[in-house]
Amino acid sequence: MADDAPVIEVRDLEVSYGWGRSTTRVLHGITIDVAKGTTVAVVGESGSGKSTLAKTLVGAVRPSAGSVTIGGIDVTAARGARRTAMRRKVQMIPQDPYSSLDPRRTIGDALAEAVDPRRAKVTRHADEIVSWLETVRMPADTLHRYPHELSGGQRQRVAIARGLIVRPEVVIADEITSALDVSVQAEILRLIARLRVELGLTMVFISHNLAVVRQISDEVVVLYRGEVVEHGPADQVYDDPQHEYTRTLLNAVPGAPGFDIEPRRREVA
Amino acid sequence: MAHAAVAEHRSTSPWLHFAVRRLIGLAAIFLVLLVVSFLIVQLIPGDPAAGLAGANADLADIERIRHQLGLDQPLWQRFIDYAGGVLSGDLGTSFMYRQPVLTIIENRLPFTATIALAGIAIVLLVAIPLGMLIGVLTQGGRRKWLDTGFGFVTGFLDSVPGYVMATFLVVMFALGIGVLPLFPPAYTPRFGSASFVLPIAAIVIGPICTVSRVVRRETAVVLGNDYQRTAHGWRLPAWKRYIKWALPNLLTSTLTVSGLVLTGLIGGAVVIESVFALPGLGSGIIKAILDRDYPVIQAMVIVIGMIAALINLLVDILLGLIDERTLGGSHVSA
Amino acid sequence: MSRRRNLGLVLGLSLLGVVVVIAVLAPILFKTGADELGQRFAPPSADHWLGTDAAGHDVLLRSLVATRLTLLMTVAATAIAVALGVLLGTSVWLMPRRLRELCLRAIDAMVAFPGLLLALVVAAVLGAGGSSAVIAIGVAGIPYFARLTGNLAAKVSQREFVSTARLLGVSPVRIAFRHLLPNMSEPLLVLSASTFAGTLTAISALSFVGLGVQSPSYDWGKLLNEALPSLLADRPFQLVGPAVLIVVTGLAAVLIGDGLAAAANPRAARTAAGGASTRRTSQGTPRDGYLVDVQELSIEYDGKQLVKGISFGIRQGEILGIVGESGSGKTLTAMALAQLLPDGLISNATRMTLGDLDLLGPVPPGLMAQTVGLVYQDPGSTFNPALRMGTQLTEVLRTHRRLGAQAARRRIIDALGTVRLSKPEQRMKQHPHELSGGMRQRAMIAAALATEPRLIIADEPTTALDVTVQAEILRELKRLNSEFGTSIMVISHDIGVVRALCHRVIVMYQGKAVEEIEAAHLTVASAQHSYTKALLEATPELTLENSHG
Repeated sequence: MADDAPVIEVRDLEVSYGWGRSTTRVLHGITIDVAKGTTVAVVGESGSGKSTLAKTLVGAVRPSAGSVTIGGIDVTAARGARRTAMRRKVQMIPQDPYSSLDPRRTIGDALAEAVDPRRAKVTRHADEIVSWLETVRMPADTLHRYPHELSGGQRQRVAIARGLIVRPEVVIADEITSALDVSVQAEILRLIARLRVELGLTMVFISHNLAVVRQISDEVVVLYRGEVVEHGPADQVYDDPQHEYTRTLLNAVPGAPGFDIEPRRREVA
Repeated sequence: MAHAAVAEHRSTSPWLHFAVRRLIGLAAIFLVLLVVSFLIVQLIPGDPAAGLAGANADLADIERIRHQLGLDQPLWQRFIDYAGGVLSGDLGTSFMYRQPVLTIIENRLPFTATIALAGIAIVLLVAIPLGMLIGVLTQGGRRKWLDTGFGFVTGFLDSVPGYVMATFLVVMFALGIGVLPLFPPAYTPRFGSASFVLPIAAIVIGPICTVSRVVRRETAVVLGNDYQRTAHGWRLPAWKRYIKWALPNLLTSTLTVSGLVLTGLIGGAVVIESVFALPGLGSGIIKAILDRDYPVIQAMVIVIGMIAALINLLVDILLGLIDERTLGGSHVSA
Repeated sequence: MSRRRNLGLVLGLSLLGVVVVIAVLAPILFKTGADELGQRFAPPSADHWLGTDAAGHDVLLRSLVATRLTLLMTVAATAIAVALGVLLGTSVWLMPRRLRELCLRAIDAMVAFPGLLLALVVAAVLGAGGSSAVIAIGVAGIPYFARLTGNLAAKVSQREFVSTARLLGVSPVRIAFRHLLPNMSEPLLVLSASTFAGTLTAISALSFVGLGVQSPSYDWGKLLNEALPSLLADRPFQLVGPAVLIVVTGLAAVLIGDGLAAAANPRAARTAAGGASTRRTSQGTPRDGYLVDVQELSIEYDGKQLVKGISFGIRQGEILGIVGESGSGKTLTAMALAQLLPDGLISNATRMTLGDLDLLGPVPPGLMAQTVGLVYQDPGSTFNPALRMGTQLTEVLRTHRRLGAQAARRRIIDALGTVRLSKPEQRMKQHPHELSGGMRQRAMIAAALATEPRLIIADEPTTALDVTVQAEILRELKRLNSEFGTSIMVISHDIGVVRALCHRVIVMYQGKAVEEIEAAHLTVASAQHSYTKALLEATPELTLENSHG
């Protein structure tokens, strides 16, 4: 929160798929700022557009209107070398630890490719790779291992290291714990919580699970059918939700104070 | 909720959309065939007219052919003339037989159509039940021996080319070595339909093996699906689980793959006709290529190509009847 | 199984080896012999093992000599098809999306076309001859190979490591060489083997009909062509040589392809199926007050114990939760109770009863269907995509209650109303994909209810659902339990879910029940076992009391 200018500026973002009558609007009028060194959690259910938002932030989806600016560069307008440079400023940690690493290449290869996309030589960058593996609490000999030798949680650690080794300005974490068991999820969340303090990460953490993001976010954005229905400091969103949908969402979590298992009067699927 | 509404909107007339889309597709294929068949003559290396006239032709002959083919006109003019001719039913005159090409096609089409359509029907009627039976009997790794035996026999028969199979069948069933001579070895009008038995047998054996292997594999996949577990959980009797629950899903994936095998069967028919001296389109086009009888080649490329396109359409219509969702697009994604 | 497949691979490679040796040596050793003229149409004899042809050549020698030309042509045509096909199929995936769609459509259209016709077109342009046959068959094979490569590339490029590499700024060509091709190499090798077999057949076919190799050269197809008149003249032996060699070579390619495919796919090694349970009747002493009584249930697969002697009971009208992480054996326990263990798993128990039904012995399917209702995890895949909802939902009643179509329909529409699915009559006419996940799960519960079961087993019933929909489904289960008194067994990985829904909870860890506890006591303070405490601590909470940030 040192800098005044936000690292990520999303302005009136619109994304739709298809043409003419079959147009489906996925995101509508999204405006979000992410300040340097903060984590913004984007929470929503399926169909809320949260994954599309992640893809738009990394430039994989082209908006139909509005703008996404990261570090002062317009993501959608950037071309060629500038675009490549831009892309390396934003790193995405993908959801599925089983498909995010190439089964034919060692962990070292995967990280070396991140450091140097052209030559991808492990020997040249071995020190850097090992130090990042240690940062995510993986032993140095992981370098020579193949993804299938690692557990889901270990792979997710490697994926995090790969995302960070580029020293990106922004990290997008897309449902990075949803494929993991609870105990492994807790480890990964602890790791993220530590790294974001130690490295001063600027992060967009996308999740369907409100409980998961509480521990690690400064601000929370609630998406519903492609629109931001609530955006505020984490404590405020959890303790004093303003929008009806946020309340529904919070009260739907089993164990939450507002959760009530007894049947309600009118509700039809 | 939102996507349910979209689905309802789309399901108003899937067949109408399908018909429109496929008619446009057929027209496009026809256009491509028209261009390709036109180009056959244009691409003949050297001077097509000299090539066509043969080695002994004098300059006057070459000039005559050049004029006859319209080669003295610009390319686009030739194409328009050619397309106009084809569209008005004038496919030209055979160099070889001095006979309208249309007549030649009309005489030969029934033979090819008979063995191709009968072949496709037999392949589907034999291969689907066979593959499914094997798939059911060997599900979950049961009856290893059957799986291995089936794999070996079909693999072996599949690697025997149709024309080798044809000669083998002739030896077995026509020449009286081993079994009584039951069928004529070559096409003879007086035997009528019996003349078709060996050619059809020769072209179906390979595709039956291929398709039944596909069906066997797909059966294993379908039986492993969650909805089969649901049927199991509802304790539905075996026949219901296989016929009512598995079969429709099996057919969609099988027919999608089999479309390729079936059009390949047309290619097989082209060669088989030569073995059995069947006067069909296949032996016709081969003879025409050897004779450099270009008007016949051009017309037959169009006709055989359109037959293949129609067979593809037929397969897609069958698919649509089984599962309307497949009408939506060319890729079965669900 | 894998050993036998490798046997096929070995056999295929040795057959191919023999053919290659023939191809190398035969033209050197037998060329003069094959060109010698002798008696015409001689039958097989000691001098001419397969007889002679119309010109008096030795058929066997000519067949052997022809091997080299045939193989060279086949290899050349296969190389054309594979190289250009892979190039086209891979580069399609590196194109911008619009262009890619267009190219894929074009390739699709070309594949739907008989390859032989395309080959004939090329042959018509280039004229009959060996090299034009190679080009014709090679070119005709390109679209097919391109499409298969395209399909493979599509699968690989959907994996996240490819999109990640793209985001890291790796160039498309490097992505192709570094990630796409290595991950496609095995299936491509398999496909190349089958393409080789197909090419051999096709090239020989062209020569066979006279469009391929021309005299004085000869390949196997040409020899077959020359032998055809002899066949009709009752001299089939002239065909034997080339026919056997074509079949053997083709078979070798097929065996190699199958063998490679099996070797590349370790999943094929599954052991044979066994029976579900080994003991036929329940022995243990019944425990009072339980509708379901399970004692010492163990489940093993391939000699490995997955569930290690678990005992539990479910009272009438009780909701029992089983909670645990993946691999804890919770789902297997439920499936053993439902008599739905997958093939190969063997269950063993001293007692497993539901009311007066002994679940260790055979139970008539109809009775079982009406006693135990099932709700599964993923409502997206539990329904048959090809059948309408009505057809599927009424099936239980029509099969086991022998109800007519109309009566069954009315019952199901009632049940759909009971679980408060909107517009039940319209839903009956729809296909599963037209319903949302929550709707499908309601329909599944309705189907489970329709037979008025004594026990509903719900295996992760809300895991695939959004949290708001999850809350609705949980309420629905709770309501059915309190209104109809149906006992429910809920399997979940989510402590929050079981704590909210269940009366009593069993915590499973590595095949054992480590704790049995009232749901209300499921807190770090009250739990006894350290694993339960760890699980509770790892579960993220909305309130910040036990956060580790």
